[in-house]
Amino acid sequence: MSKIAAQFKDKKALITYISGGDPSLEMTEKLIYRLQEEGVDIIEIGIPFSDPLADGPVIQEASQRALKNGCTLKKLIEMLTDIKDKVKVPIVLMGYYNSVLNYGEKEFVEAIKKAGVSGVIIPDLPVDEKADLAYYLKEAALDQILLVTPNTSDERLKEISNSSSGFLYCVALLGTTGDARGPYPQLESYLKRVRKTAGDIPLGLGFGIDGPEKVKKFIDYPDGVIIGSALIKAITAGETETEKLENAGEFVRNIKKVLANYK
Amino acid sequence: MENQAIKMQRKTDLNKGYFSQFGGRFVPETLMPVLDELEAVYNHYKDDKEFKQELKSLLADYSGRPTSLYYAEQLSKHYGGAKIYLKREDLNHTGAHKINNTLGQILLAIKMGKQRIIAETGAGQHGVATATVAARFNLDCEIYMGAEDMERQALNVYKMEMLGAKVTEVNSGTQTLKDATNEAIRDWVRNVEDTHYIIGSVVGPHPYPVMVRDFQRIIGDECKKQIIAKEGRLPDYILACVGGGSNAMGIFFPFVDDKEVKMIGVEASGKGIDSGKHAATLSAGRVGVLHGSKSFLLQDEDGQIIPAYSISAGLDYPGVGPEHSHLKSIDRVEYHSATDLEAVKAFKLLSEKEGIIPALESSHALSYLEKLAPQLSEDEIIVVNLSGRGDKDINNFKKIKEAEKNV
Ligand SMILES: Cc1ncc(COP(=O)(O)O)c(C=O)c1O
Repeated sequence: MSKIAAQFKDKKALITYISGGDPSLEMTEKLIYRLQEEGVDIIEIGIPFSDPLADGPVIQEASQRALKNGCTLKKLIEMLTDIKDKVKVPIVLMGYYNSVLNYGEKEFVEAIKKAGVSGVIIPDLPVDEKADLAYYLKEAALDQILLVTPNTSDERLKEISNSSSGFLYCVALLGTTGDARGPYPQLESYLKRVRKTAGDIPLGLGFGIDGPEKVKKFIDYPDGVIIGSALIKAITAGETETEKLENAGEFVRNIKKVLANYK
Repeated sequence: MENQAIKMQRKTDLNKGYFSQFGGRFVPETLMPVLDELEAVYNHYKDDKEFKQELKSLLADYSGRPTSLYYAEQLSKHYGGAKIYLKREDLNHTGAHKINNTLGQILLAIKMGKQRIIAETGAGQHGVATATVAARFNLDCEIYMGAEDMERQALNVYKMEMLGAKVTEVNSGTQTLKDATNEAIRDWVRNVEDTHYIIGSVVGPHPYPVMVRDFQRIIGDECKKQIIAKEGRLPDYILACVGGGSNAMGIFFPFVDDKEVKMIGVEASGKGIDSGKHAATLSAGRVGVLHGSKSFLLQDEDGQIIPAYSISAGLDYPGVGPEHSHLKSIDRVEYHSATDLEAVKAFKLLSEKEGIIPALESSHALSYLEKLAPQLSEDEIIVVNLSGRGDKDINNFKKIKEAEKNV
């Protein structure tokens, strides 16, 4: 079992997303330690990109802040490499395919392996595009987490869940990240359908999950929840660094309280 | 080190939506089913007799096709070299080639039972062509347009509104065509069930580059017949401007196998490639992925998309259609570029010599005549695709005048 998949054992996992380098890599480092201390199960770190077309405004802006302050994929990987001995929680990089392609697919996998990263999510690289990336990740025993959406057919579900490792990212609604309309009204039947087809792989539910209320409402169906935009909003609302870190901590504690009641 | 099995598998997959290594479908999973649907519907109707007839009569009676192939005698005399013909796409309804594509796509949208149309637009020509067909077929229509483009192409914003479309200002990123495209894609992800996205060029995920090219190839098909009727032979050169590349693909495609016809695509080099302020993707870009396909791209060392620049909003795009990348890589088409000043000079020249005010986009193709035409003899033939008319740019006349002072 991969380090990522192991985080779903006997509990509902909490997966949090922050944008790398927002507003600085030092802050990202501090947030990683804080989220780890608060008991987050998996940390996703966004690779900032100029044209994040699967993202809503909150993550778009976070990405812009990071780029404005000079964050690059190279610097992000260097930071992760520097701190790898202090990080026990599995780290997943989430970013757009052009960033990886530009870095070099083979070089990217080698570098993130050295940095102690456990897996990647590339939302604009569907399973059909048999990129070299999938091959190199497999060779390096790193997870590639693929996404399914409410309109994914059973046939595609089968193919995607077979190719996904670590967990299967179930997008809660037809929308971009942080979409406040969510989650999808037919969530129960959707996730039951995914479960039936996907077999044993853990299911993570994400997009538009904005706090403890929504988690409570939907936590029966998936094995874990993924929270990004709402956490970033809470962090950004803090004025000082201490306040930002405290906001992150409080946000996580409130979600963990809900999750503690479920197995 | 690479495993042979993977290589083999990739090879078979490459057949779908690829032009050698370029193209593909790099989109969020949400869009995969709708792209499959679009591909299936398109493949079905493209050979359907009734569909073809309906599109043909709309192109004829609504848009005014065939557009003429005009011998520009005065311009030819001016350069004192080759015989210059203009393929008059400016004479289409709404004033550019864009309507060839929007008419085709709206018929498909209706076949798919979609209620709502979205589109991105740069110069506003594609937005107007989309709003026009949405009005004609009574579908809801929302057009995404960068804030900066709304300012420099204000006339087209009024037109779209007059036609009943909602024009949504895009303030993210560089506030131009690339960001309008991002917003249109995000809208589509949210509304994929009832909405069809009419992409305005030969860009985007498969099947768009193929489908838009097929809807635009009527330019080249007509041109071939017309030049044979007039000259009894094929032209020596075809010139077209390249933004996303749809007017160029449209006129080039039917001639790709006619090896004696040389083809030149002209990109916008803005203030000059060395200035960094340009949109010359094929001349100065590197291969990457943007808006769903792999192609040449303006990007920095970190893989961030570099904002394009051109005086002409329709060429102001950091990507280019994947089939152009392919035609470049196999050396079938040559790609050059023209600066703002060169385009403005050609804009003025055509207006004065022929009484035809060209779009600033098309003026980039025209400007290449200065380099090419005088080198050729009187019995050689150049066809320039005059992709659109320049009314929309008159609004920009002050800017043009300023640029002109420096010519
Ligand atoms: C008149 C005209 N020509 C050319 C273009 C560039 O697009 P493409 O390269 O797809 O033909 C535009 C785009 O708006 C246009 O309006």
